[in-house]
Amino acid sequence: MRPDRRATARRATLAGALALAALAAAGCRQDMHDAPRYKPLAESTFFADGSAARPLPAGTVARGFLRDDKLFHTGRTADGAMATAPPMPVTRELLLRGRERYDIFCSPCHGALGDGRGMVVRRGFKQPSSFHVDRLRNVPIGYFFYNITNGFGVMSSYATQIPPEDRWAISVYLRALQRSQHLEAASLSPEDRARLDATVPSPAAGH
Amino acid sequence: MAQIFPRSANALARGSLVVGLFLVVAAGAALYGFARSGYVTRQGLVLEQPVPFSHDHHVAQIGIDCRYCHTAVETSSAAGIPPTSTCMNCHNQIWANAPMLEPVRASFRDGQPLRWNRVHDLPDFVYFNHSIHVAKGVACVTCHGPVDKMPLMYQAASLQMEWCLACHRDPVANLRPREEVTNVAWQPPADLAALQRELAREYNVQSKLSCSSCHR
Repeated sequence: MRPDRRATARRATLAGALALAALAAAGCRQDMHDAPRYKPLAESTFFADGSAARPLPAGTVARGFLRDDKLFHTGRTADGAMATAPPMPVTRELLLRGRERYDIFCSPCHGALGDGRGMVVRRGFKQPSSFHVDRLRNVPIGYFFYNITNGFGVMSSYATQIPPEDRWAISVYLRALQRSQHLEAASLSPEDRARLDATVPSPAAGH
Repeated sequence: MAQIFPRSANALARGSLVVGLFLVVAAGAALYGFARSGYVTRQGLVLEQPVPFSHDHHVAQIGIDCRYCHTAVETSSAAGIPPTSTCMNCHNQIWANAPMLEPVRASFRDGQPLRWNRVHDLPDFVYFNHSIHVAKGVACVTCHGPVDKMPLMYQAASLQMEWCLACHRDPVANLRPREEVTNVAWQPPADLAALQRELAREYNVQSKLSCSSCHR
């Protein structure tokens, strides 16, 4: 009897140790790796649409998203007319920010030059108007902001991709872009004229 | 009484000591290798996705900036996966009837999210923040690899802690100008080291090695 009992006990100990080792190998990792909380945009088994990211309940405003500044958020003044000036001072920083954001969000279709021949257009998207036409040179600046915000024709709204301050920066930059292609060369300073001549072959030089 | 062990047992005993030691070292090396292999880290692994989205096509061939889709990368801990409406900005006209894009159109039609499989899955006890890395001049491709050359997305780095620490010990060697962070074709200047020292000063880049920098 005694040796048998001892062998059984040894077997039980061994089995217990093996089970513990298996548990340790399987369990030490995943519990803390995958904590019971949501990462941004994670899947949810709780909400009906399967998404942990929740839409706003109707009639609520997220903190910091109260659009009480009509001009800043719509591009229109209190009387409903398109704004003729941006709601912030035009600085070099604003223009550079506008150029950066234009290159990210607008140039795929409108082209870096604003001629409407971006890569997505060359791949088959409907060609937008060039910014270098009289109609668009003469629209108030709020027109650009309004159409970036709400979309225009086949162009979707960019309100969720570009925050309003950047939409204004792009609108301001569009004015600079337009001037870059539509300016009397004689009005340039001698330094700028020299830089222009260095980059663009003058028509007189011929080919 | 005869000897139980023959004389050769002496050599056998010594030999088994050597073989035993070798087995222990080999098992250790195998474990070391296994823990760092793609099988464990998922490095280089291509996951199945609802749509075979190609970064190669959209970034390298069309030239779309990372931030066109990953809009939150400069302001938030998560870079953000674009909503289906971002896809539809172009695909309402281009490849508008392609069978491959049917899940995208269905998602847009029904308001149901696309269920992408997460490629870069950090453990939940690591608090990684994209915006601070981008603000300090660490490029997308520094961690995500040559995304512009990936027809299908995969995890380029191991994402193991030793990989994080390699850069956290010497972040200066991985810096570039902020405005070049999303530029997949950036060519470093000849005096790169000098530029990086200058950037580290300008951006106040620090070597963050405290546990609580990432685990909090």
